[in-house]
Amino acid sequence: MKYYRSHVLVGINETSVAAGVHALLKELRAEISKAGLSDEINILETGPLGFFGKGICLTVYPENVNYENIKVEDIPELVQEHFLKGRPVGRLMLDSAGKFSPKFNYEKRIVLRNSGIIDPESIDDYIGAGGYEGWEKALTQMKPNEIVEEVKASGLRGRGGAGFPAGVKWSFTAPLDAEQKYVVVNADEGEPGTFKDRLIMEGDPHQLLEGIMICARAIGASKAYIYIRGEYKLCIMRLQKAIDDCRNYGILGTNIFESGFDLDIEIKIGAGAYVCGEETALIESLEGNRGHPRWKPPFPGVKGLWQAPTVVNNVETLANVPFIIAKGATEYKKYGTPECAGTKVYTILGDVAHPGLCEVDMGTTLRTIINEYAGGMKKGFKFKAALVGGAAGVILPDRLLDVKMDFSSLNQYAAVLGSGAILVMNEHQSIVDILWSILRFFRHESCGKCAPCKNGTQQLYRLITKIKKGEGTMEDVKLMQMIAETMQQTSFCALGQSPIMAIRSAIDNFRDEFIAITQK
Amino acid sequence: MYKEICAKYAPTKDNLIYILHEIQDTHPQHYISGEAVKDVSDYLKVPENHIYGVLTFYSMYSTKPRGKNIIRLCESPPCYIKGSDNILRKLKSILGVSVGETTKDGKFTLELCACLGVCGNAPVMMINEDVYGDLSEEKAEEIIDKIRGRN
Repeated sequence: MKYYRSHVLVGINETSVAAGVHALLKELRAEISKAGLSDEINILETGPLGFFGKGICLTVYPENVNYENIKVEDIPELVQEHFLKGRPVGRLMLDSAGKFSPKFNYEKRIVLRNSGIIDPESIDDYIGAGGYEGWEKALTQMKPNEIVEEVKASGLRGRGGAGFPAGVKWSFTAPLDAEQKYVVVNADEGEPGTFKDRLIMEGDPHQLLEGIMICARAIGASKAYIYIRGEYKLCIMRLQKAIDDCRNYGILGTNIFESGFDLDIEIKIGAGAYVCGEETALIESLEGNRGHPRWKPPFPGVKGLWQAPTVVNNVETLANVPFIIAKGATEYKKYGTPECAGTKVYTILGDVAHPGLCEVDMGTTLRTIINEYAGGMKKGFKFKAALVGGAAGVILPDRLLDVKMDFSSLNQYAAVLGSGAILVMNEHQSIVDILWSILRFFRHESCGKCAPCKNGTQQLYRLITKIKKGEGTMEDVKLMQMIAETMQQTSFCALGQSPIMAIRSAIDNFRDEFIAITQK
Repeated sequence: MYKEICAKYAPTKDNLIYILHEIQDTHPQHYISGEAVKDVSDYLKVPENHIYGVLTFYSMYSTKPRGKNIIRLCESPPCYIKGSDNILRKLKSILGVSVGETTKDGKFTLELCACLGVCGNAPVMMINEDVYGDLSEEKAEEIIDKIRGRN
């Protein structure tokens, strides 16, 4: 292995590809070679860097300097000044004042510990970073029920939304005697403002695969499907390469590691429906049907895909599993809170100084996340509210900024934690307006299976539009809440049960705004 | 032509979504015709009404002919608060169409869509396979002009 003086991490993502990152890389390599630095400076194409700058972004280690919006014409200066003379170029830095650098807490990361460091398209890089140790251990040293017990003991809770303990979910399916069982990965990320799963898959696809493998072994499934949305082209490409590499290395296939265990993983592409994030709707879609949710029970764990026992887990949930098996449940429980072990990945957007992603302990407050990982508010803006959890989320005012972000502290707001989306709004933004946008989304995404949701989402949109125009009354506001409460009690699935979250939190926390607009 | 596409997949219902994707992607007008539905129905031994049901359920499919380039502008909350409405107004005016319509020259269809998962660069639109982020009205116009010049 070669030792380099500096590593230049180049974020390859949808935005940087559109900005011409491949042409830029060519230029950068040529310039570095021209300067005679090819043996000193390593260029690494990687996934998410931990911040969202404009255009093409680079991070240079060990200096930890972040550049954004790099153009081909900036390359000679960058190479001459920074790489040759060791003087980082201030004008190209993420924050030109050079004062803020997103906090990199790699020592406190589980899911994103390799993200932005290893080449996600190299299986050797992943193995070099300790990858597939958990899989090897699960397959050769542990019995399936021991794996289930270990995951149970870790306290890992589902990161898709509801926070159901993953080990318990597996324990329903594991003992069933069936010819065929399945693992289905829910990678159909559609919650507005949410893209943590995309970043996990882009940054470290092998870690997800390893989690799937361990789950399959635990429950006795020989086939796994990753149900992913079609727009995530880069994820699909990287996952497919990772699967192919695993097959070539004998990590997937038949009689893996001479254990007699067979497993294959296949990617299935969705066709655009928010409701398919609901596990039974997702299964319907996999079977080639409209994505309508199914009646539960029977739960998918007993009768799922093609009526076979099926465990459906979110991407982030499974990405936690390799760590738990390799390092043990006790080590895992050192992260997070006693009731809520582990870490959580968040994406922070909106009017913060540095929109980005972070992985922090469960129970970290919203205030810490915004201030330490996103650089606080954007200059000149004041905090007004944060929409946490996307459209099915809640709108929190500043007095709730110190609420701990975990499943038990958030209690009534707990369901929103899974998505990990934090959208920060400044004092000029209207709560009525954002609620209107949320309810428009629900109206569009209601699948039409059950009447409360189908009709309710229409009526909610009609009422909020009336209020937004200044033609509504406080009676309309009350009616809106009543309809949403009825939907919560009577809708068939979580989609229709969700609008109440945003509506109630908006009305409770920003009542004055509704009073003002209805008295206009 | 549709039969050839079908034949690439095993005749099981779970392949319906993939067959429809490929039919739509390879059609110059990016849609799934009645004739295609019939062929798929024959191949999969699934009633036409089931296929039509699936087709109209998922937002990525179209039953109407569309333009050469499909613009999908995100209207979800993160893009909305970053001004996606202004971008929509601009797109409508430079293209001379409403949402769901195709320009007279058949080059563009304007659509709205839900979150594309690229919210770090809101507001965002997708044109065919490409994502364009950090949009301003001027930038949106530049992008359209560039594509218009290309084909």
